[in-house]
Amino acid sequence: MTTQLKLRDKVYEVPSGMTVRDALLRLEIEPESVLPTRDGELITDDEHLREGEVIRLVAVISGGAAPGRAS
Amino acid sequence: MKCRTCGGRAAINMRQHKLALCREHYLSWLPDQTERFIHKYGMFTHQERVLVAVSGGKDSLALWDILHLLGYQADGLYIGLGIDGGVGYSAESQRRAEAFAAGRGLHLTVVDVAEVEGATIPQAASLTHRGRDKPCSVCGLTKRHIMNRVARDGGYDALATGHNLDDEAATLFGNTLTWSTGYLSRQSPVLPGADGLARKVKPLCRFYERETAAYTLLRGIDYIYDECPFAVGATSIEHKETLNRLEAARPGAKLSFYLSFLEAKRRGAFPTTTVELPEGLHPCPTCGQPTSAPGTCSFCRTWDAVRARAAERMAVP
Repeated sequence: MTTQLKLRDKVYEVPSGMTVRDALLRLEIEPESVLPTRDGELITDDEHLREGEVIRLVAVISGGAAPGRAS
Repeated sequence: MKCRTCGGRAAINMRQHKLALCREHYLSWLPDQTERFIHKYGMFTHQERVLVAVSGGKDSLALWDILHLLGYQADGLYIGLGIDGGVGYSAESQRRAEAFAAGRGLHLTVVDVAEVEGATIPQAASLTHRGRDKPCSVCGLTKRHIMNRVARDGGYDALATGHNLDDEAATLFGNTLTWSTGYLSRQSPVLPGADGLARKVKPLCRFYERETAAYTLLRGIDYIYDECPFAVGATSIEHKETLNRLEAARPGAKLSFYLSFLEAKRRGAFPTTTVELPEGLHPCPTCGQPTSAPGTCSFCRTWDAVRARAAERMAVP
């Protein structure tokens, strides 16, 4: 009765049935920093996790410019 | 969750707008909003030529895609930085930018820093005191110079970058922590052009980073997913993570932070930069770009030093 969440090269396992958002908060992943996908399709984070499925999380944070500038 | 427009299954929920949309309606909503912001901030018109700085990442390719869809005259500029990081970072980024342009019949100018200046960005950083361990400083300096040069030489009316709201909010946060009023006064969706300096515009500055990412995914745009190898541990990313924790607790916090800043600027909270050429700037005698430094500009000084040190090393038996 578990679901896998994949973020880059990390795989997390959580109980199925909870929402994506609750799973992210439980894993201490900021919901704002990822986009959840199911079978390649974007889903909203109120979707409930299904038993045995794999949810791929697409990281959205990018950056790296030197601080202290007008970007 | 259902799409507010059609009631179908939503692909994205934007908590700060209390708005959920399906794929189809999101893909029309985001370009429509971009058009609105281009007009609102007076960025450019359909009669003007725009140069889009593309990195192969999600934001710049989304921007180029949207401007093309909206019918703007938008060409691309890719700057090859020579960053490998064990993943062929620059090569992969360039491949995606070129594939994007070829697939849409768009014009892309490619400038390879090593070919033009004689060293890659990591090599330049290792040869100068300017960010010896982190090449971000010399990278930013070089990109700004090349972007302006290509925009100016190509006769473009505006130089567009893919900065999103998270970029802007993180910069604002960093500059607020240090009360860098000079940078705060210059941060804006539009920096007007002046003699020798292209007008700079940020059409995506009102969209969250996850929204531009969602757009590229839903549009099927192939972008470089890997982060720049030198971005690991960057202060700007730490600021974004801090702001995202605020956002999770209070949806709309990032948007409000940025928009309140723009409103405060409008009301005169910071000195207004009406033109980018304050008194005291003069053309660099070497490259002709405006500079406040006495003599040659920091770009020319940095790269002259890089080439001189590279020559010294070659001369050592």
